[in-house]
Amino acid sequence: MTKIGLKAGARKKRRLYFLLTSIAVLGLAALLVLSALEDSIRLFYDPTEIVEKNIGPGQNFRLGGLVEEESFESREVAGILINHFVVTDGNESVAVTYEGLLPDLFREGQGVVAEGSMNEDGVFVASEVLAKHDETYMPKEVVDSLKKRGEWQRKAAETHPQDKAL
Amino acid sequence: MPLKRFLPLFVFAGILIAFMIGLSLKPSEIPSALINKPVPDFSLPPLQGDGIGLSTEDLLDPENIVIVNFFASWCGPCRVEHPALELLGKLDGVKLHGIAYKDRPKNSLSFLKSLGNPYDKIGTDLKGRVAIDWGVTGTPETFIIKNGIIRYQHIGPIHQMQVEDRILPIIRNLQQEGAS
Amino acid sequence: MIAELGHYFLVLALGLAVIQAIFPMIGAARGSARMMMLGQPAAYGQFFFSLLAFLALTYSYLISDFSVAVIARNSHSLKPLLYKISGVWGNHEGSLLFWVMFLALFGAMVAYFGRGLPKSLRARVLSVQAMVGVGFYLFMLITSNPFGRLADVPFEGNGLNPLLQDPGLVFHPPFLYLGYVGLSVVFSFAIAALIEGRVDPAWARWVRPWTLLAWVFLTIGIVLGSWWAYYELGWGGWWAWDPVENASFMPWLVATALLHSAIVVEKRDTLKSWTILLAIIAFSFSLLGTFIVRSGIITSVHAFATDPERGLYILVFLALVIGGSLLLFAIRSDKLQAGGLFAPISRESGLMINNLFLSVAAAVVLYGTMHPLLSDAFFGVKSSVGAPFFNLVFSLLMIPLVVTMVYGPHLKWKRADIKGVNQRLMAATGIALLAALMTFYVTYGGAIMPAIWIGIGVWLLLSSLQELASRIKLFQAPFKDSMSRLRRQPRSSWGMTLGHFGFAVGLLGIVGTSAWTIEAQKVMGLGEDMTIGDYRLTLKDVIPVAGPNYTAVRGIISVSPKNAEKTGESFMAYPETRTYVSSPITTTEGDVKTTMAGDLFIVIGESQGQGRWGIRAYYKPMQVWFWIGTIIVVLGGLISLSDRRYRIGTPQRQKASRKVKHAP
Repeated sequence: MTKIGLKAGARKKRRLYFLLTSIAVLGLAALLVLSALEDSIRLFYDPTEIVEKNIGPGQNFRLGGLVEEESFESREVAGILINHFVVTDGNESVAVTYEGLLPDLFREGQGVVAEGSMNEDGVFVASEVLAKHDETYMPKEVVDSLKKRGEWQRKAAETHPQDKAL
Repeated sequence: MPLKRFLPLFVFAGILIAFMIGLSLKPSEIPSALINKPVPDFSLPPLQGDGIGLSTEDLLDPENIVIVNFFASWCGPCRVEHPALELLGKLDGVKLHGIAYKDRPKNSLSFLKSLGNPYDKIGTDLKGRVAIDWGVTGTPETFIIKNGIIRYQHIGPIHQMQVEDRILPIIRNLQQEGAS
Repeated sequence: MIAELGHYFLVLALGLAVIQAIFPMIGAARGSARMMMLGQPAAYGQFFFSLLAFLALTYSYLISDFSVAVIARNSHSLKPLLYKISGVWGNHEGSLLFWVMFLALFGAMVAYFGRGLPKSLRARVLSVQAMVGVGFYLFMLITSNPFGRLADVPFEGNGLNPLLQDPGLVFHPPFLYLGYVGLSVVFSFAIAALIEGRVDPAWARWVRPWTLLAWVFLTIGIVLGSWWAYYELGWGGWWAWDPVENASFMPWLVATALLHSAIVVEKRDTLKSWTILLAIIAFSFSLLGTFIVRSGIITSVHAFATDPERGLYILVFLALVIGGSLLLFAIRSDKLQAGGLFAPISRESGLMINNLFLSVAAAVVLYGTMHPLLSDAFFGVKSSVGAPFFNLVFSLLMIPLVVTMVYGPHLKWKRADIKGVNQRLMAATGIALLAALMTFYVTYGGAIMPAIWIGIGVWLLLSSLQELASRIKLFQAPFKDSMSRLRRQPRSSWGMTLGHFGFAVGLLGIVGTSAWTIEAQKVMGLGEDMTIGDYRLTLKDVIPVAGPNYTAVRGIISVSPKNAEKTGESFMAYPETRTYVSSPITTTEGDVKTTMAGDLFIVIGESQGQGRWGIRAYYKPMQVWFWIGTIIVVLGGLISLSDRRYRIGTPQRQKASRKVKHAP
């Protein structure tokens, strides 16, 4: 009898240990996830939101919209390309500077997503211009934002959102 | 039956609900910036022969509500909405025009021949330039216009159900608006 | 005509799938052998007709029959043959057909090889397999018919996105789908076991080869995808944590956990409901990966909703399959006999900890992937959770997992002696510490995590070799003895050794390339040069080139050591930028020079006018280690798969005699 009782007790104890370890691991993981999220989440704004929300310097975010026609110019300083262009959502627009080579898919009149922050002069300084390898040729945030602002002009004949490559 | 065994089911139910909410955010609900703006300037050739097939002037019709439908023979959903268009084309006080979007005129013609032509006038937008001005997302897309002002934009095919529920009420409203 | 035939075959396959779903299940419940027997011929027939349907679509692609809507939309008559074929599964409708064809194939394989299974179990497995199939056939026939015709035949097809015209991508989706579909068999086994109310070591042995097969395919599929990203996309990355990638990574993580927990079921007859749950979740993630991501609900809520009918069907289907099986699990899993106890330090504990961390990892990926969708749906805030999040979480979360991998294989079943293992690992631990310290010294001033990770990687590498050495009693017994032991090692343990060893090699590659990649870019005219790492690149010439369906600009760049006095060999690199005929976009074909130390990756951008070109270069240390590591891992999986004791076709009737008695 005593033996069986002990066994049951040991079983319970081990269960408890296991449960506690699992909870500890899950808790730690949750903590880790939340703290990591805080630093690495990037909010997405379109130019109208930047104006509406009065986004100032110091905040890193993603800017998306269309590259305004005839707004792009670049010059080369000692092998480094300095690019200026304007990103618009048809409503508001924001001037952007970026140092470095732009991705191949970058075109005037096309969608673009850039990561960076505003400077004191209200110019968006991009640390990265994203070349999404998305088959729809246009990042989805931009599409959503443009639809909202009524600038959306994708050519349906060429793109089919369902046909995504896995 | 211990409750913890239901945990996975609950988690999945939560995910499913998130998807459902995601689904309910329909793109056609997004208000277009073109609403209540005048129609863009354009002039398109007809499917056959020379001259003008459809131009801005046709849309300034003060007597009728004008509907402009972007379509293409290669577009499956356009077939789906065809019965709805036939219905709209026959309404009194309504003029239905079509713009063939990036479609070979030959194909558009045989498309209309096999299904029937509900349109009053048709323009061919071979390169899709005019569609860009209209902010067209893809075919089919339909605009309801009164006095040259865009009043409603429908993205995607018009299902027959939607004719009763949505399109007809809008047309009636617009018609009454003018009468009063 | 062919397309109509294909459509007809599809309907026939559906009919057979319905028969296969209904009768064996009823037969198993009533004990009617006749009804159960129906499962086999139905499974063969279903596969036959789905294969015919698939061939019909392939044929239509080959002859560029643009009257079929899918082909008009995705193919182009000028496309090279290989890409015409890969076009078959390169779109929504075709990939569904591909999926269901393999689903039927695996069903037929269960019918054929499963002759040794208990009759009722096999009948139920076939039935569940067919139920999933019915869902797919209906989905295709109702909303996504691959054989739909166009009344007006276009003169030319729309073409395939040129980015997708790459051999890596020809084989990437099929392997991924094979992995996904392979998990369906495991799922069917799990559901059948729940219905039978019995899971035992024999069940685990039957399921193991299927899990392993699916896992190997999944691994190959994922690696090919990342290979494609690395060589084709030209930004020098091989993993971006984007939702499409995550969708394949989640089932992989769960399948890996399943592979390990099934061992515990087999050896210790415990951890049963957990294993069943993993089997259900693994397949659920596969479905999620196939449907949700393809339909774009995670990447874009709106793309999904553009076709509400399809979206609704998918949700209902997922709710039925996943919800139904989880409900069944909730109701039935307590019928499974609970197993024995675990000692905290034992092989089974190690495997359990491994499971814990793999599942947490999968949950993290799921959360990170869903976060943008959730914040958009509930708060209307658009955001993105990018690579930094996943990198940070994984770099910490994986430490205990890999430490478990170091110790686990050395631990004995039931109760192990950790001191002995520590002693045995002393040399490995010492070398690993040394490696970490050296790395820290060499990269002094940089981040500390990479040094820790190099140490851990080396530790795992040595520990897995040590484990093999101690198993064959190397240096403890005469050398000849050891060698004959080596030859007698069962293939499944070779699988483990290679799997863990390859993982360690790949891990070192991941650490090297993600911690110390350098990037340089410059706008150059002919004759100018730039430096990256220890290399000097000189732009010699830029010439136009014509390919079968593209035109390209090719840079001719000579690469030499940076320091002129170092007389290392110099070589030429020829990166290209291609513009395709059928599509307005350009792609970059980087030129990669691979050595064990690192890859030099050179890309030529667009002309900046006045004869000047933007050149971008990456130096990615140890990149090739990752590819080698994954090859070793896959090799390990294949060798393990060929183990006679587990072979798919071998009926295993070993019963209680093999069962290990429960620990007190």
